[in-house]
Amino acid sequence: MTDTAATPAHFEAHHDETHDEADHRPGFFVRWFMSTNHKDIGTLYLLFAIIAGIIGGAISGMMRMELAEPGIQYLQAWSGQEGDAAKHMWNTLITAHGLIMVFFMVMPAMIGGFGNWFVPLMIGAPDMAFPRMNNISFWLLVPAFLLLMGSTQVMGSTGLGSGTGWTVYAPLSTQASGPATDMAIFSLHLAGASSILGAVNFITTIFNMRAPGMTLHKMPLFVWSVLVTAFLLLLALPVLAAAITMLLTDRNFNTTFFDAAGGGDPILYQHLFWFFGHPEVYIMILPGFGMVSQVVATFSKKPVFGYLGMAYAMVAIGVVGFVVWAHHMFTVGLSLNMKLYFTAATMVIAVPTGIKIFSWIATMWGGSMTLKTPMLWALGFIFMFTVGGVTGVVLANGGFDDIVHDTYYVVAHFHYVLSLGAVFGIFCGWYYWFGKMSGKMYNEFLGQVHFWLFFIGVNVLFFPMHFLGLDSMPRRYPDYPDAHAYWNEIATYGYWIMAAGMAVFFVNMLWSLIAGKKAADNYWGEGATTLEWTLSSPPPYHQFNRLPKID
Amino acid sequence: MTDDVTLKRKNLRSAGMAALLVAGMVALGFASAPLYRIFCQVTGFAGTTQRAEAAVIEDGVIGRQITIRFDSNVSRDLPWAFRPERNTETVAIGARDIAFYEAENLSGRAITGTASFNVTPLEAGAYFTKIECFCFTQQTLQPGEHVRMPVTYFVDPAILDDPDIGDVEQITLSYTFYPVDDEAS
Repeated sequence: MTDTAATPAHFEAHHDETHDEADHRPGFFVRWFMSTNHKDIGTLYLLFAIIAGIIGGAISGMMRMELAEPGIQYLQAWSGQEGDAAKHMWNTLITAHGLIMVFFMVMPAMIGGFGNWFVPLMIGAPDMAFPRMNNISFWLLVPAFLLLMGSTQVMGSTGLGSGTGWTVYAPLSTQASGPATDMAIFSLHLAGASSILGAVNFITTIFNMRAPGMTLHKMPLFVWSVLVTAFLLLLALPVLAAAITMLLTDRNFNTTFFDAAGGGDPILYQHLFWFFGHPEVYIMILPGFGMVSQVVATFSKKPVFGYLGMAYAMVAIGVVGFVVWAHHMFTVGLSLNMKLYFTAATMVIAVPTGIKIFSWIATMWGGSMTLKTPMLWALGFIFMFTVGGVTGVVLANGGFDDIVHDTYYVVAHFHYVLSLGAVFGIFCGWYYWFGKMSGKMYNEFLGQVHFWLFFIGVNVLFFPMHFLGLDSMPRRYPDYPDAHAYWNEIATYGYWIMAAGMAVFFVNMLWSLIAGKKAADNYWGEGATTLEWTLSSPPPYHQFNRLPKID
Repeated sequence: MTDDVTLKRKNLRSAGMAALLVAGMVALGFASAPLYRIFCQVTGFAGTTQRAEAAVIEDGVIGRQITIRFDSNVSRDLPWAFRPERNTETVAIGARDIAFYEAENLSGRAITGTASFNVTPLEAGAYFTKIECFCFTQQTLQPGEHVRMPVTYFVDPAILDDPDIGDVEQITLSYTFYPVDDEAS
């Protein structure tokens, strides 16, 4: 079995050199606004993701309130409008929720946040390859987010804001009047450019700046996951950029790429979007795979089972992820043979994913397990992702998807893999590395309360959506027949349980930052074998001035 | 120091390769629009009809009948009335048939338009063959001018051997007329 990395004992000599100039920090403005330090930029990304997450989470709360009972209860009051303008607000809510959670919460947290913080530390590099480009990556995200937020204050078709859904499908997006949709599209351009620059940076860093002896096959799995993610970003995001640029010219410059009344085809947009969109869902989950692998190994006090299989399973998921996109489009009139292909290809992804799930279980099997908060989140991740994966295999069947396409069954599926998979992965990494990043330990009791409230809450919230979907409740509507009232009410209760969990989280973080115990260098003990645990908590401002050697 | 220089060069090369990959994918993204059109024309994908040079398959006529439904749409930027003379026609599979659409320019100026087209079920695109069609060229209508426009077509008997679409009883042929920007030319 391959060891993920060497043990901390090999690097003890490096502690003495981490003071004097290594800890010299620039002043506040230069440090946080012109930052070129990978840890500071990582912190900025995480703060950004938290703010975006609060906004995106609040929007989902508004949606759950409106959906708690049949009829329209709140939309008029919230929008200050009547009729279609009020109902248009629903469309802007679902659009904003989707875009914020995907582009401004999950991606910045996983790739920008944890990736920036821990990829250089784990491969023994002093910083990222292009620190200034790293700064640009982050600061492109801020105007992108402001544009998206600003779009809710200008007109888009019948009311304020862009109501196209996160998929921005033509012809709805090309026909929607007003500047809101243009602003949302431009926001996606900026966020995409930010991610592409970040991906170039990660690939360069991981290929060229590994410490001597750290071969690709000795890299921690989190680094592997970020490497694969970076390649997916490079290949997928430019296609989205091209597609939404064509949307913009269709909207503003009389082109007709996606308009049949002009020789175009709206289905082409769907192909382009999902050629990006499907790899995008793996972009959101792969870093979570990486973090969970680190955490499961640490808390089982064993190297991860089947290291190479784990690494190449992620590569395989990335590769196959590019040839399954039309399973999002089963109802556009694909021929039987195409449905057959996309069904089969989609199911193939269950194989490398299954390898990962089994390897995590095999890592725990016979291990010396401790159920600290990060491990609880890792176990929660494995459970949730497996549930979402099972419904994913169900949905992969073109024949079945024809029936539940655009119903709450699909909503339940992708929230189990993303809201619960990716978000559980983020919390897993957050609790695992909080002490390393801040130098203060979180409160274990509050951490576990947060986990259990969140775990119960999201299951009460999302599991009933399977039933609603099978009862044919469609997505993207603020209202529904009385028949769907029972499970919708329960789902809304689930939201409040989850929200209570989040309140505990914020109390915990505040308390920990103010009064948390000082974190030791390697507070998880012998199970934590990657390079970041050889450094102080928090690590010195500049680390690895002398490169560590891995044997 | 020299290590720093080599690392810098290596980094720039890696970043350059990555940037090339991005540029390639951007190009592919934009190229997808014409590529998709070519792909549809070649394979009949998305209900794209085929084209033949007057070659009706004389002995290919088969006893089975099929109904063709005619559909017409006009872009809201084109002030034309546009409709089929008959909504449906029943033809023998393999036999050549001619159908007429009427168009009238409702505006006070000459306008050039052209039509995009496809058939549903989409799988029928590979077998629905046009010999002559007003949609192959641009049409210019003088103010108030009224024209009858023919489309000559047949349904390829090979459709009967296709397990996906062989039992279809009706094919809808749809046109969407839109203005051609001729000020530029």
